[in-house]
Amino acid sequence: MIIRILGEGQLAVDDSLAGELNELDARLEAAVSAGDEAAFRPVLAEMLERVRGAGTPVPADSFEPSDVILPYSDASMDDVRGLLSEDGLIPG
Amino acid sequence: MSVVKRVSMIFKAKANKALDRMEDPRETLDYSYQRQLEMLTQVRRGVADVATSRKRVELQMNSLQQQQTKLDGQARQALGSGREDLAREALTRKSGLQNQISDLQTQYQSLQADEEKLTAASQRLQAKVEAFRTQKETIKATYTAAEAQTRIGEAVSGISEEMGDVGMAVQRAQDKTAQMQARAGAIDELMASGALDDVTAQPNDDIQRELDQMGSSHDVDRELARLKGELDQGEAPREIEGSASGAAGNGQSGTVADKPQAGDGS
Repeated sequence: MIIRILGEGQLAVDDSLAGELNELDARLEAAVSAGDEAAFRPVLAEMLERVRGAGTPVPADSFEPSDVILPYSDASMDDVRGLLSEDGLIPG
Repeated sequence: MSVVKRVSMIFKAKANKALDRMEDPRETLDYSYQRQLEMLTQVRRGVADVATSRKRVELQMNSLQQQQTKLDGQARQALGSGREDLAREALTRKSGLQNQISDLQTQYQSLQADEEKLTAASQRLQAKVEAFRTQKETIKATYTAAEAQTRIGEAVSGISEEMGDVGMAVQRAQDKTAQMQARAGAIDELMASGALDDVTAQPNDDIQRELDQMGSSHDVDRELARLKGELDQGEAPREIEGSASGAAGNGQSGTVADKPQAGDGS
């Protein structure tokens, strides 16, 4: 699957990583629901680290859309909420 | 739904919505390419803005560090002259500057990191745009309705996602740069207004004035001591000088007469 880390570009990652990423995603969701910034940051960092370690950069001449898009590395919980809002961080 | 799924979905929806589809898919290709070139210009401008901001912070940091060094020198000079009170005052002011310097250092590092990220994003987008241009011409040349439409859709979606990503990075960097410019402007204004006079060493700085006064009174004392020394043993060297003649005689008188002076000076 292709994963984009915002601000860093696309990486091709083996599908076998999905299970582990889903677990991390669940922890991320829990942190956001609880409004727990201290828990949120390390989980996001771990997630990105895992993807960077397992992925290979997608070549420039590939225009395949990503399967998953992850927030940028220094994103705060507010930033992620902004990403999720209608008129959020993405310039339209 | 999970955070990541929502982020992915919304990001993609927005990136695709940003690009209006034309009636003729080939027009969509050209339009998208136009947008890509605009975005490239925007990213490069973003990189330049961040670099300018970083240089400004660097200049401010240097000037505050110079003031710190000056205060440090003044503290040494004061302590050497037995004025611990003045030395303490200079060191107090020096430590007052440290907070500002630390703050600027944090800003500098942050801007440097942004500059690197944005430069990388700009290179990535440029490679993508070049690849898109090639693909665009290929698709247009082999244009046969349904197949081309699919390929156009894919290429445009892929590049739209990249542009959404890069566009967001530029916007974030610009927001941050604007904030830092405002703070840098505030420091410049403070420096210009003289409000920092009490913590930084200005030309008419009172520590320097006292040290200068002390320095000049020391010079006067030293000069007095030298003159007194000359008067005390004034007759003897003069007799030697008077009795001798030629280069050898001058050399002798020099060694004898210089001794007390050297002692005063140290």
